[in-house]
Amino acid sequence: MSHTTGASGRTLGAEAVRIEGVHKSFGDLEVLKGIDLVVHEHEVVCLIGASGSGKSTLLRCVNLLEPLKSGRVIVEGQEITAPGIDIDKIRRRIGIVFQSYNLFPHMSVVDNITLAPRRVLKTSKDEAKSEAMSLLKRFGLEEKADQYPDRLSGGQQQRVAIVRALAMKPELLLLDEITSALDPELVAEVLDVIRELAESGMTMIIATHEMGFAGDIADRICFLEQGQILEEGPPTRIFGDPQQPRTREFLQRVIESGRMGGHATKHFEHDTMSRPGMTTPGT
Amino acid sequence: MSIVSTLFVVAILGYIVVNLPGWERVQESFLNPKYAAAAWPKIWAAFGRNVALFLMAEVLVLILGLLVAIMRSLKGPLFTPIRGFAIIYVDVFRGLPGILVVYVLGLGLPALGLPANEFFWGLLALVLIYSAYVSEVYRAGIESVHPSQDAAARSLGLSQSQSMRWVVVPQAVRRIIPPLLNDFIGLTKDTALVSLIGVVEAFRRGQIEYAGSFNFTPIVVTGVLFLVLTIPMSRFVDWLVERDRKRKMATAQ
Repeated sequence: MSHTTGASGRTLGAEAVRIEGVHKSFGDLEVLKGIDLVVHEHEVVCLIGASGSGKSTLLRCVNLLEPLKSGRVIVEGQEITAPGIDIDKIRRRIGIVFQSYNLFPHMSVVDNITLAPRRVLKTSKDEAKSEAMSLLKRFGLEEKADQYPDRLSGGQQQRVAIVRALAMKPELLLLDEITSALDPELVAEVLDVIRELAESGMTMIIATHEMGFAGDIADRICFLEQGQILEEGPPTRIFGDPQQPRTREFLQRVIESGRMGGHATKHFEHDTMSRPGMTTPGT
Repeated sequence: MSIVSTLFVVAILGYIVVNLPGWERVQESFLNPKYAAAAWPKIWAAFGRNVALFLMAEVLVLILGLLVAIMRSLKGPLFTPIRGFAIIYVDVFRGLPGILVVYVLGLGLPALGLPANEFFWGLLALVLIYSAYVSEVYRAGIESVHPSQDAAARSLGLSQSQSMRWVVVPQAVRRIIPPLLNDFIGLTKDTALVSLIGVVEAFRRGQIEYAGSFNFTPIVVTGVLFLVLTIPMSRFVDWLVERDRKRKMATAQ
């Protein structure tokens, strides 16, 4: 199991994250009802499902922004839900990008990116800055380094937020509906960044409503329904041959709303099994 | 146009006041240039103590107020006693009449055998009263920073205190400058309270001059000095609020 090939063609590594029996409640409302999920290194797992199905909460539980009611989360063999663990040390290894970007408005782009490397990792100012600049360059944002977030478009802000997470060199990246707040014409530039990260081997768990994108990029898709993973599998199977009636219903609703797009529609409507990513090995 | 209409109204009001039957006596006992000139050097010198009190208290209030606000904002059961202490402190010092705090510290503590330095106790009283108010201003500022900012900072691995230091407080401080200055205007005036425990500042000096002459002009002089200090601060607050409003309009477009 340590060296398999994912649906995307990427070679998967050892176990990166193991989520076991995770329950989470907000007051009387049980949001997660026993989630089990194992993600391997270099694997991209997409969480799909209706709003309120628990996708975002699951991501927030994985980096302990929300305390669990019960269950365990193990990252790279270390149980991060164990009592007495230093949460701050865990969080620096897990990056998260939010739907609403959450850039720090009182800091320039480059200061947003270098804050955590400088204060948490104690990287020198010059080194942190040069690393930030090379990341910004990689994603075509170097001219924005000295701008303040409110001068940037939504797409640029979200790319900066991704760069900010990457600056901590995380082992795992969690993306929480990162294109949901964007104008439609800005979605592509952000998704391109994620594609590049997937190709470079970043392990990611992505909550998304972009089915076409999920179909392209994911090694595995998990369909969440009322706090449980109802069905999971490679995109071809989830989109092409969903086993659960609820999954079928959900995908049908997505198609009707015109938000399916790309390969996913093709899989779902024609049961096509050929995917571009399946034949070409990943980099 | 607004200037013309304002001048017109002032001129009419002035004309009426000056022609009232008691104006001569009022002028004699409240606006007497002779007494003003005689009292001015002494009141001006004493006013230095108000300015000193106000400047020192301002700096200390900024620090203590922030500390109390942070104490109140700490999360988790571990910090419950600290939070409780901060809440009691704010409740007590915001709830008591300032005059009472000045008396208790200035007269009560020396009676316990502590050194009787009335300037020091007066300063401490002002700092304790105004830190309670200012901590609430800070707290409102801290709570106005959306929790997602803290979540973003914590998710990058910053500790609770680092998130406060680098992300939450810098944003809070920018928002609270107008209400903070508002409290400082109050503090400037209330430096006169320490006269009650024997500090001879401008108000007390004015009273002494009055007592020697039975002419109220020295008190009026003192009042003018306070206005000279506080009115520019009021205009500065207005300017900040207006600037902030224009900025918000600009980014909303």
